[in-house]
Amino acid sequence: MSDAAIHRKPLFGRTRRRMTARFAVAVLILIIFLFPVYWLFITSLKSAAEIFARPPVWYPAEFNLRTFAVLFKDGDVWAIYNSLIIASVSTVVAMVLGTAAAYSLARFKTGGQNLAIWIISQRMIPPIVIVFPVFLMFVWFGWIDSYVGLILLYIAFNLPYVIWMMRGYIEDIPIEVEESALTDGCSRWQALRKIVFPMARTGIFATAVFTFIFAWNEFVFAMILTRTEVLTFPVLVTHYYGAQSTFWAKIAALSVLGTLPVFFAVATLQRFLVRGISMGAVKG
Amino acid sequence: MAGLRLRGVHKFYGKVHAVRGIDLEIPDQGFTVLVGPSGCGKSTLLRMIAGLEVVDEGTVEVDGAVVNDMRPKDRDVAMVFQNYALYPHMSVFENIAFGLRMRKVPNAETRERVHRAAEMLGIPELLERMPRQLSGGQRQHVAMGRALVRDAKMYLFDEPLSNLDAQLRDEMRTEIKRLHQELRTTMIYVTHDQVEAMTLADRIVLLRDGVIEQEGDPLELYERPTNRFVAGFLGSPAMNFVPARIEAENGGLGVRLPDQTVLALPEGRRSAYADQVGKTILIGMRPEHMHRDREGEQRDGFGRISVTVEIVEPMGANTLINFHLGETSILARLDAYAAEQPGQKLDLLVDMNRAVLIDPESQRVI
Ligand SMILES: Nc1ncnc2c1ncn2[C@@H]1O[C@H](COP(=O)(O)OP(=O)(O)O)[C@@H](O)[C@H]1O
Ligand SMILES: [Mg+2]
Repeated sequence: MSDAAIHRKPLFGRTRRRMTARFAVAVLILIIFLFPVYWLFITSLKSAAEIFARPPVWYPAEFNLRTFAVLFKDGDVWAIYNSLIIASVSTVVAMVLGTAAAYSLARFKTGGQNLAIWIISQRMIPPIVIVFPVFLMFVWFGWIDSYVGLILLYIAFNLPYVIWMMRGYIEDIPIEVEESALTDGCSRWQALRKIVFPMARTGIFATAVFTFIFAWNEFVFAMILTRTEVLTFPVLVTHYYGAQSTFWAKIAALSVLGTLPVFFAVATLQRFLVRGISMGAVKG
Repeated sequence: MAGLRLRGVHKFYGKVHAVRGIDLEIPDQGFTVLVGPSGCGKSTLLRMIAGLEVVDEGTVEVDGAVVNDMRPKDRDVAMVFQNYALYPHMSVFENIAFGLRMRKVPNAETRERVHRAAEMLGIPELLERMPRQLSGGQRQHVAMGRALVRDAKMYLFDEPLSNLDAQLRDEMRTEIKRLHQELRTTMIYVTHDQVEAMTLADRIVLLRDGVIEQEGDPLELYERPTNRFVAGFLGSPAMNFVPARIEAENGGLGVRLPDQTVLALPEGRRSAYADQVGKTILIGMRPEHMHRDREGEQRDGFGRISVTVEIVEPMGANTLINFHLGETSILARLDAYAAEQPGQKLDLLVDMNRAVLIDPESQRVI
């Protein structure tokens, strides 16, 4: 693109002041958004006295990992493991099936315009509306409190989203690029692997991240459809709220553990989430 | 080698009947141009030859074998697309090498052939770049290189020059012609531009609304169009069509123009129209088939018209003169030197050997 963006003008007077002001605003916004995260982290490290102290303690006297130790000892971290399994497996399966379906919709116009709309409309149903019919069905199939139950449910729930997103990303790839690969000697599958997937990489990772996060955070179904065996971490967090007492330290510690995988996943994938991969394919 | 043959080929897009029964034989090693106005089905036809589009009816045959159901990869064709369709995530080198890699050509040979193709197109310094770092013209060259590096049975081009600016387009046109003369392979070239068609083709196939209007070598179509559409499509500026009437004229035959001038038909053409006296026709005259009448001479086979110049457009190499014959606005292309003025009277000689007479009902040349 243009080199003009690279050659910045030197900063003089007004421009410099404006930049400083912008920077200050950015920092302020960052503080507002990061503060709850900070509070979550330090709460997980505080002692009980510090948690309930008034005025509040802004940082704990010592970094106390006792709460984490308790979570590990009691086996509560198992919920994180459950969440990981359920979210990962459902994401992978939904991505594979969804991308295949999206390709078919985008390239072969399967079902015309209406099928695609119908598919995304499935996503508009509020979960709470169908949770009890699903519950009864799951009882009947014997899927309550099982991996397979939640995984299938999340796949079904995420598929419309994956199909819709991937259809858009695939449609953005000029069909001639794919056809060019076909005449250059690719089978349909090779064209997908060597051309379509690399070109849709940004979209694939972005969609996968959101799909994973949905499954990771999902609460209503997990709450109703699990008991003890495959508790996911959002459900377990609620177990720490009690009528008599609420275990704030445990809530915070488990939440920290629940945040880290998503944080690292996004951090690692970030370089794939950069836009502009498909630039330069066509005439320009 | 029998080359490529289409028999009764049809294509439907839903209700749109895009290709309506094409019978065509594409000679081996020739340069065939499919030309016609936008939407006439040229791309569709080319894509059916490449195997990118299903043939709804009829057959596509290569060397005598029906290939309707053969995958593009097995047809051994190389194709250049109008929008170039480069692989954006691969370097120029890998773009050009891709077709060879897919066909398992050894690495050393691939490298050599890619470099040779790049040399041929004058882009060896671009090989390490990514497509997004190239200008439009450079992308076009890469697209060409990607096809030329292949040792394909047929090379297909779908308006490969239409996105270039005029000068680059002229250069590339010459370049393509040179490549064809060097490589001597079968090339099928789609364009809506009649100049490209005329200059490049050994053989022109002129399409309209999914049917072939006429095919043949370029000058044959130019000099002997079979209908008004072909006559008007080829040539720039286009042929002038004037309503007229065939009349008997002191022993011979002539064509009476709206201004009552009668242009005598030359000896050789009279017999063909002997039974058409009194018939209303359109006479088609190309701009370059009208000349200044310098000495008032009577040249054989030429008819004289007297006109009033309205607009003068000097083009450098020649001059376009605009005037009216009756209701019809006419363009004549004259030699450059003399400077006519608007309003000036002018005598022109019309080459009656090359004028075409058209039946306005059927639009066919008679
Ligand atoms: N994928 C398609 N779906 C529907 N109609 C199409 C499609 N491709 C082409 N057409 C129609 O078929 C006709 C011929 O198209 P095309 O072969 O692209 O014309 P050309 O290349 O001569 O401009 C046009 O009327 C066009 O609108
Ligand atoms: Mg076209």
